[in-house]
Amino acid sequence: MTRVALKMLMGDRLKYAGLIAGILFAVTLIAQQASIMTGFIQRMGSFVRDTGSVDLWVMDPQRRFSDDQKPLSETALPRVRGVEGVSWAVPMYRSWLRCRLPDGTLVQAIVTGLDDATLLGGPPEIVEGSLEDLRRSGGVLVDADELGGKMRMVRGGEGPLRVGDRLAFNDEDAVIVGTFRASKGFFWEPVVYTTYSRAVRFAPPERKVNGFVLVGVREGEDAAAVGRRIEAATGLRALTRDQFEAHSTNFLLTSTGILANFGLAIGLGFVIGVLVCGQTLYQFTLDNLRHFAALKAMGAGNWLLVRMVGAQVVTVGAIGYGIGLGAAVLLGRVIVKAGLAFYMPWQVPVLSGVAIGAIGLLAGSLSLARVIRAEPGMVFKG
Amino acid sequence: MTEASSIAIECKGVVKHYGQGAARVTALRGVDLTVRKGELLMLVGPSGCGKTTLISVIAGVLDRNEGACTVFGEDFARMSARARTRWRGENVGFVFQAFNLIPTITAAENVAVPLMILGEGHGAAIRRAREVLEMVGLGDRWRALPAQLSGGQQQRVAIARSLIHGPRLIVCDEPTSALDHQTGHVIMRLLKNVALREDRALVIVTHDARIFGFADRIAEMDDGRIERIVTDPRELMAGTAPGR
Repeated sequence: MTRVALKMLMGDRLKYAGLIAGILFAVTLIAQQASIMTGFIQRMGSFVRDTGSVDLWVMDPQRRFSDDQKPLSETALPRVRGVEGVSWAVPMYRSWLRCRLPDGTLVQAIVTGLDDATLLGGPPEIVEGSLEDLRRSGGVLVDADELGGKMRMVRGGEGPLRVGDRLAFNDEDAVIVGTFRASKGFFWEPVVYTTYSRAVRFAPPERKVNGFVLVGVREGEDAAAVGRRIEAATGLRALTRDQFEAHSTNFLLTSTGILANFGLAIGLGFVIGVLVCGQTLYQFTLDNLRHFAALKAMGAGNWLLVRMVGAQVVTVGAIGYGIGLGAAVLLGRVIVKAGLAFYMPWQVPVLSGVAIGAIGLLAGSLSLARVIRAEPGMVFKG
Repeated sequence: MTEASSIAIECKGVVKHYGQGAARVTALRGVDLTVRKGELLMLVGPSGCGKTTLISVIAGVLDRNEGACTVFGEDFARMSARARTRWRGENVGFVFQAFNLIPTITAAENVAVPLMILGEGHGAAIRRAREVLEMVGLGDRWRALPAQLSGGQQQRVAIARSLIHGPRLIVCDEPTSALDHQTGHVIMRLLKNVALREDRALVIVTHDARIFGFADRIAEMDDGRIERIVTDPRELMAGTAPGR
């Protein structure tokens, strides 16, 4: 009877298409919005993830995420170095500064200053030049993907920036000595790497300039335990990479409207799916109620009817899910090309599948309840 | 055949109410009716007299409130809902006024539905359906959708559907009312010649006086009761005409 049930469904092409469209729309909305939110979450921690070989990030206790502006005093570094279990500790500058391009265009950039001696905490992939080139006078590394993008010259229009082009931060000269590639960050502004001392020179005069103290722990030491010792000794916060990433993500989810906004959009997709599918499937059931009643009169039990309606729901659910997920992926490619946040881990298709299952269950239950309530005797009533 | 073994349906004092309290309507007021095996019985009477309710009770799709009723020795009141549904699927064939063919499946698939309900596989059910369609003269139209068939052909498909699983009782609700005179006669001849057998009973509800001649007996109902049972339709014509 499954084949009969499917032919009943597919024979009513308008409702069949309406059901698939409802599921498709719901899946696309749920998967796409969940992927954008996941993309934001991923970007929130990308700087921390990209900064390898660091065991602990020491920061002001009030720092809520990696790009929060809560600098440390200059005394933080020697105090951290004095804690037992610390193998090395270096400063890192990280702040927004105004950058003037060769044609006079001003752009806001996130300047990351690496320890002059060790250059620890650099970008994950150097495209042109090398990290050592930062030691050259005024040397900065810029994001290879941003040269023709966020750092595009708008007034001169002479084409994208190249290695050798000169920039200025607060009237301090800088020169592009290389390019790098890193994961996209949460914030829109382009990232520039230079040395710590040069970054401090670029910055307007401030009492506190040190963004982080990056720490490597001695071999055999537990990073989390050393972090607790640093916290006890200095009153600062010391987090492992995973803890810092989770700390940043937690801020994003609990202290901004992102979760509520995306949650609403995902919820809306679910509600639209339930309404469209529920209404269309229910109408389809009402249209076919005489046939279902006739089947009951002819000996079809409730379990058979459950299987028939279930086959109909599963079929439209599977087709709508497949097309909807495909549409979300294609849409994601467009979003990623535009430089926006989009990341679809395996959990997103699973979540979308669960949502579609729930939509199908709700919509199918309404129809099934009507089918089961149908009196077989109604077929005799003219 | 003994008297008891020749009886297909036996109803005594069957009462059926719809609704409750002030809204209660009594559709059957103590119906006594016996139908023999191999018999074609017609139920006639004005609209609302209880004909449809009576065949619904006889076919086991509606519960009676009072009285006794056995169909081939089985009392539906003593069966669970599941057992009754199963029994109906195995032993009752239905022909509906509006044919009730599923419009999106072929004639053969429509005919095969009762077998598939009983668990027969699609292929085997379709093969058997084509044989039965052959019996009703539609062997060459097995792939047609209901909309591609005339009203008479659709009713023949419905008859084939009612026969495919070899039921012992066939109930027909106004099988000719949607058909013209000639087609109605073709359908009745088919029911009489193909559907009726010695071990099977046919109960037909009708308003259509043109087909009374096909009945072995005619039970006239009025106001929830059997008023009289005749064997010659002219006796009905002489009295109060049904469908008044």
